[in-house]
Amino acid sequence: MTPRFIALALALCASTAQARTLEVPVGAGAQERVQTALLDAKPGDVVALGAGRFEFTDGLSLDVARVTVTGAGEGKTILSFAGQKGSGEGLLITGNGDTVRDLTVQDTKGDGVKSKGVDRISFIGLTVEWTAGPKETNGAYGVYPVASTNVLIDHVTVRGASDAGIYVGQSKTIIVRNSRAEFNVAGIEIENSMNADVHDNVATHNAGGILVFDLPGLPQMGGHSTRVFHNQVVDNDTPNFARKGNIVGNVPTGTGVMLMANRDVHVFDNTISGNQTSAVMVIAYSLSFDDKAYNPLPRDIVVRDNRIGRNGWAPTLPGGQSLAGAFGGSLPPVIWDGVTSYAGGGGPVSLWFKDGPVGNLNLARAGDTASAKPAVTATLGSAGLAEPAPVTLPPDQDKPAT
Amino acid sequence: MRRLAGLLAVLSLGAAPAPNPPPVDLQALLVDAPAPTLDAYRLFSDPGARKPNARVTPYALNTPLFSDYAEKSRFLFLPPGTRARYTAPGVLDLPVGATLVKTFAYPADLRRPGERLRLIETRLLIHRPEGWRALAYVWNAEQTEAVLKRAGARLPVNIIDGAGRPLAIDYAVPNANQCKQCHSLSGELVPIGPKARNLNGDYTYEGRRENQLARWTRLGLLEGAPQVLPRTAVWNNPREPLADRGRAYLDGNCGHCHNPQGMASNTGLFLDLEEQRPSARGIGKHPVAAGRGSGDLAVDIAPGNPDASILLYRMKSREPGVMMPELGRSLPHAEGVALIADYLKSLDPPR
Repeated sequence: MTPRFIALALALCASTAQARTLEVPVGAGAQERVQTALLDAKPGDVVALGAGRFEFTDGLSLDVARVTVTGAGEGKTILSFAGQKGSGEGLLITGNGDTVRDLTVQDTKGDGVKSKGVDRISFIGLTVEWTAGPKETNGAYGVYPVASTNVLIDHVTVRGASDAGIYVGQSKTIIVRNSRAEFNVAGIEIENSMNADVHDNVATHNAGGILVFDLPGLPQMGGHSTRVFHNQVVDNDTPNFARKGNIVGNVPTGTGVMLMANRDVHVFDNTISGNQTSAVMVIAYSLSFDDKAYNPLPRDIVVRDNRIGRNGWAPTLPGGQSLAGAFGGSLPPVIWDGVTSYAGGGGPVSLWFKDGPVGNLNLARAGDTASAKPAVTATLGSAGLAEPAPVTLPPDQDKPAT
Repeated sequence: MRRLAGLLAVLSLGAAPAPNPPPVDLQALLVDAPAPTLDAYRLFSDPGARKPNARVTPYALNTPLFSDYAEKSRFLFLPPGTRARYTAPGVLDLPVGATLVKTFAYPADLRRPGERLRLIETRLLIHRPEGWRALAYVWNAEQTEAVLKRAGARLPVNIIDGAGRPLAIDYAVPNANQCKQCHSLSGELVPIGPKARNLNGDYTYEGRRENQLARWTRLGLLEGAPQVLPRTAVWNNPREPLADRGRAYLDGNCGHCHNPQGMASNTGLFLDLEEQRPSARGIGKHPVAAGRGSGDLAVDIAPGNPDASILLYRMKSREPGVMMPELGRSLPHAEGVALIADYLKSLDPPR
């Protein structure tokens, strides 16, 4: 045996010797039985929820490290929170190295599945949905890792979130892949986060498909280094149903990819079509802020080699119809607000929009669409911006799906 | 033999002074397995948990968390030979073995506090060598025994409210993780209440009022307290300045999660008394993850305009996913809502 193989064998023995599976079948008293299993689990254990429909009256939570919560499969094990009376989410995870997989979460009053402050969190083969379709009373986020590190979202489906279906906030080292977000306000959103790969996903029938944002006034700011590639961002046509006040409430219905503030974002090799406002929109943060460390400008942005179909024929952003008129009837597929300075600073903004035509709104200041001096060019900026390195997760976390 | 001794002790009642009850069982607090019933710890000398045992000190907070109008009685147990050490602005430094005890109870009629009390649950926070542990013991209908409940529970409570109307409360006993959600500082479970500034007030001990921190120092339960002590305002004392009371209420009801190391750190909304930046305190701050909790409003606090403030909207709500705090209440706190409405109204609108 090679030393490497011995080490592997030992590791397998060590984990199988201790790991237990705590099986919880469906039936009465699900709240207490499932929560007790989540409290009893020891690091390395599996909490296996049986096939069928579990009815909960409160949120669930897991605070033990290296626990896998699994079901009999999406649509087979259903966790229904329709009768939920308390808690801000369906399942809250605070244990490092935890995994949730192979089950469906339905109708949570707040967020679906959330992780807070977790290192190595995996969501695999998970569906989170609101069964009455898009409604402003649905919970905000479907899958919601926040302030977490090493985030894996793989083969996840989210439907009906009143904010973002898949939302990664204030996190680091993130992969979102092979997932489907539909009928949400935002399909997939990466916010105030560093080093994210978003690839091979489908974002369809949302108000906005894929968003990469950076917002002020938060513990983690200065989001950077995100690659959005090989995704299908098509037919995002659900009217924005977010309650006002939320930042995604400002996402115009029919937006494909939207980048706001942030730096080092590369959007490439995606299929983007059927989005009535715009294929790709790149804008500055336009609300007031007093956070001196915050830069509201998108910079070091690359949009290249996407398959761009029909987009922008009926833009829903404020002043959109007149803008469309100024551009000759519809918005160009790539829109930039043209803002390169703000009250606290500014300076050269590097962009490479290889895809086009590009509509530069040339706004006098962020969000001031009335000041637009639209101009169209075939491309904008120049090549040469280095692409962020591929994201890699710890090897014991990023195993191929079974 | 032990049984006989117990019998003799009972028989001797009234004839001679009762012997001292056995002390608090420190071992039971420190062993790995929590006791299945509350009485095992001997924190109280009576089965109904009204009379604290030796070294178990009752206390009160200037501004406590609202818990669906439950009456709360609080006690601190300090192991023999130990004392609490003064720290500020956080919670007193408590030795291993120290245990915080809090019983939640309802009077039959909120207009007659303390009368015909029904005990609901007694929560313990035990300082073990590896950290703090939270446990909840739920009282039986006979009020004779409290049993460990780890996974939480919903209990129906029917009382008469402050206006004389029947009030049905869907009382929630928290599960062990939910205890930690509120009692979390950088991911570690810690006490919230016994901060020096929130203990800096009078308590009535057998008919005599005395400042709690002064008494604890006098009795050797607390060391290191300076002469001049910080103080959290009493939220419902109208003689105190409105701004102090408003901020004290937000500190006590929101600040345990909404602080830079709390469970809601990611919101950037910090409502603890130590926060000084206006935007971090919510003034003119746009929400981040409020979802439908925004109530179609633009900012957490619109100074001078309570009705345009998300913070007040969420305090008024009783819908999960909207209401704040998201744990610990099912009813809105009318008196707290009124205070915060007044406080927000008193803030200078932006120029």
